[in-house]
Amino acid sequence: MASYDLIVIGGGPGGYVGAIRAAQLGKKVACIENDRAGGTCLNWGCIPTKALLKNAELYHTLSHRAAEFGLNIEGLSYDWEKVIGRSRQVSDKLAGGIEFLFKKNKIDYIRGTGGLAANGKVEVIDAEGKSEIHTAANVLLATGCVSRGLPFLPFDGEKVIGSKDAMTLKKQPKSMVIIGAGAIGIEFAYFFSSYGTEVTVIEMMDRILPVEDSEVSAALQKSLAKHGIKFHTSTKTAAAETTENGVRLTIEPAAGGDQQSLEADVCLVAVGVAPVLPKNAEQLKLTDRGYIEIDARYQTNLPNVYAAGDIIGPPWLAHVASYEATQAVEGMFNPQAKPKKVTLFPGCTYCHPEVASVGLTEDACKAQKLDYRVGKFPFAASGRALAVADAEGFVKIIFDKKHGEILGAHIIGSGATELIAELTLAMNLEATNEEIAATIHAHPTLAEAIHEATEDAYGHAVHI
Amino acid sequence: MAAYLKMPKLSDTMSEGTLVKWLKKEGDTVSMDEDIAEVETDKATMTMPSFDEGILYKIYVKEGETVVLGASLALILEPGEEPPADADQAPASAPAEKPAETKEQASAAEKSDTAPGTKSSAPAPAAAAKSPPPSVSSAPTAGGRIKASPLARKLAEEQGVDLRRVTGSGPGGRIIKKDVLNAPAGGGGGSNLGLLPAPGSRGDQSIPLTGMRRVIAQRLLESKTTIPHFYLNIEIDTEPLMTMREQVNAASTANGGPKYTVNDFIMRATVLATDAVPAVNASFQGDSILQHGEINLSVAVAIEEGLVTPVIRSAQMKSIKELAGELKELAGRAKDKKLTPAEMQGGTITISNLGAFGIGNFDAIINPPQAAILAIGTITKQPVVNAANQIVPGQRMWIGMSCDHRVIDGAVGARFLSELKRFLETPILLIS
Repeated sequence: MASYDLIVIGGGPGGYVGAIRAAQLGKKVACIENDRAGGTCLNWGCIPTKALLKNAELYHTLSHRAAEFGLNIEGLSYDWEKVIGRSRQVSDKLAGGIEFLFKKNKIDYIRGTGGLAANGKVEVIDAEGKSEIHTAANVLLATGCVSRGLPFLPFDGEKVIGSKDAMTLKKQPKSMVIIGAGAIGIEFAYFFSSYGTEVTVIEMMDRILPVEDSEVSAALQKSLAKHGIKFHTSTKTAAAETTENGVRLTIEPAAGGDQQSLEADVCLVAVGVAPVLPKNAEQLKLTDRGYIEIDARYQTNLPNVYAAGDIIGPPWLAHVASYEATQAVEGMFNPQAKPKKVTLFPGCTYCHPEVASVGLTEDACKAQKLDYRVGKFPFAASGRALAVADAEGFVKIIFDKKHGEILGAHIIGSGATELIAELTLAMNLEATNEEIAATIHAHPTLAEAIHEATEDAYGHAVHI
Repeated sequence: MAAYLKMPKLSDTMSEGTLVKWLKKEGDTVSMDEDIAEVETDKATMTMPSFDEGILYKIYVKEGETVVLGASLALILEPGEEPPADADQAPASAPAEKPAETKEQASAAEKSDTAPGTKSSAPAPAAAAKSPPPSVSSAPTAGGRIKASPLARKLAEEQGVDLRRVTGSGPGGRIIKKDVLNAPAGGGGGSNLGLLPAPGSRGDQSIPLTGMRRVIAQRLLESKTTIPHFYLNIEIDTEPLMTMREQVNAASTANGGPKYTVNDFIMRATVLATDAVPAVNASFQGDSILQHGEINLSVAVAIEEGLVTPVIRSAQMKSIKELAGELKELAGRAKDKKLTPAEMQGGTITISNLGAFGIGNFDAIINPPQAAILAIGTITKQPVVNAANQIVPGQRMWIGMSCDHRVIDGAVGARFLSELKRFLETPILLIS
């Protein structure tokens, strides 16, 4: 038994970042993790999928576009095990990095499942089932979420899988149906399709990536359809069963209508996530969707028990979790600090072309009856994009008509997830169109498209 | 050979000049001594001749910009000459010509209007043209610059919110959109408890000093702090003067002549009194007192931008008619800022008249290096006690005199004022 200023339950991007910030503030900190340091993000989410997607893009380029680059490739093939293997190596390396950071910051890294015990106490049950009690002045719950399954189609890890299984499939499926066209569904659709798996995506909403700007959704769907992915939007899964060789789904239009049947080797369910509550969470007050309810200082209904990250609800994003945990920790040790909630955050989807956005979509601007103007610049008019043979997509920026406030920015194209940083910073600093227009963007870069889109909103774009 | 046209020193007190208007444009041919631009100095707007001939290749200073002496205004090339590689940019300004020291001036009369502060009128350190001051929202506060987002600044400007009164909630106290939207007009975030001026009050503005204002500030501070002023006042019975003025004006206008103002008579009376007490017509020289041979009458003229004092030279030789005509002409050009510096230099005694504004009496600051300035008040009708000890309606005017005690003692000043009173109360002497 040991005594801490803070015990963090969960070692993902919320938990480990919160733990390190507390250690930086000179506090005695422990972080409890029941799987691997780095959480879903580093082990089963953001990082390994990016490794897989890089493999996929490279393979797709070599298999479909080699001639364009003057390459003559014969007998191109791939080793599925190594494709998966590389992504695991990246995760292993980074997970080791987190453990190093714990050591560096003198944080006790405790392996086991954490739970709330009596007042001010935290229980850890290790892999052998042995229980240990620690005391803590403060507890930060950052236990995260896992893939949510469908009641009529439970995960079996082989034919019906979640994202975690999808990234370690031993054998590449010949066909796959993906339920859910959010970022996770789309990334896996692109990954498997690049290697030749027949992919069909089913989405309830009327378009893929429903949180993105509808123009972006449309452009992406067009691009991925060309890539070979089939889409059924405005479609729901009425029934499903596993068969000897795979799964059989019955789908029907969301608004009702004729059903049809779909078969595939594997069904990836990517309809969302479900909270992972710590042990003994009964005393915690939850939201009606089952997430932990917090106040303005990230405190739960229990005194000195805080929560941050996916476990307090959407947006379920690693960078949001890190921000929340940092705010929560600063608030708990500094009464003067005013923890902030996440209001402005970028969202990214790493298929090819990439999609990234921040702020409001045009539809949201319309719904809020905002007086706005739109600037757009296609990468087809960008010298850099053409030079690197990656000229799909566009930059779209929405400005408040009166003051040039940036209301939202939407990018689809190669490098979109990097480019969004400039616009996120601009929005956070409350820069207006004038500041972007007055900023020299290096030539030739993809970022010039941001400058041009800004100028376009005011009729001053030079290259279109 | 390529020659840079530089801001010349057009008056003794000039340390910078404003390029009012280019009379030539890039590409024009200019000849030596041809007028090339209009420049506003601390005293006047004047045309500037070219000191070279050739083609006006490049203009560096835009109309309206103020630059220090010696700053490059333009580049003049000989026909066919290749411009230097750096022709697009004004070269760093050569050190401005050092303002001449007072002692090196040729004649006493010429230097008499040179401020003692000339030496301190060294050019501002920055050679480059001054940019306009930033907008109100970024006005410096006691604590330094205001941290506010570009959007917050735009909103504040539009909504009339004074950012200095807004508490920022962004990182490091930065003022963001929300803070401006939550602030009442004028700012304050609702926390001022009504102690601050009413919302929507006119915000403070920083008004850049004009050349003229700079010189006024510098010279009058110097005067008031280094010259031991003392003040005398005398009351004048203006009845005889007003009666005579009526007759003079009636006669003059009947012949198509001008109407004379009270001030015209006061000018003439001042000249006569100065002639009678020449000790007031002097300048303190450090180790001597210079008593001027000529009476050069400076008359303060208020213009929109400030105050100028054109000089009527050899006033002792001039009639009321001549004095009046000359002042009218000078004052007219002063209002158009067309006076040359020479026309404002060399005065030996000054008249400042605020009677038209209803001012009863006031103390003026001496216009160095002079030793005396007269402060003329308004004429008021009032009960007076006449020679028969009766209270009767009368009219009176106060004249004040500020004297440099290093030059003028109380008795000398008093003698001068009593002379002035005698002339004004016996106005026939003014036209005889």
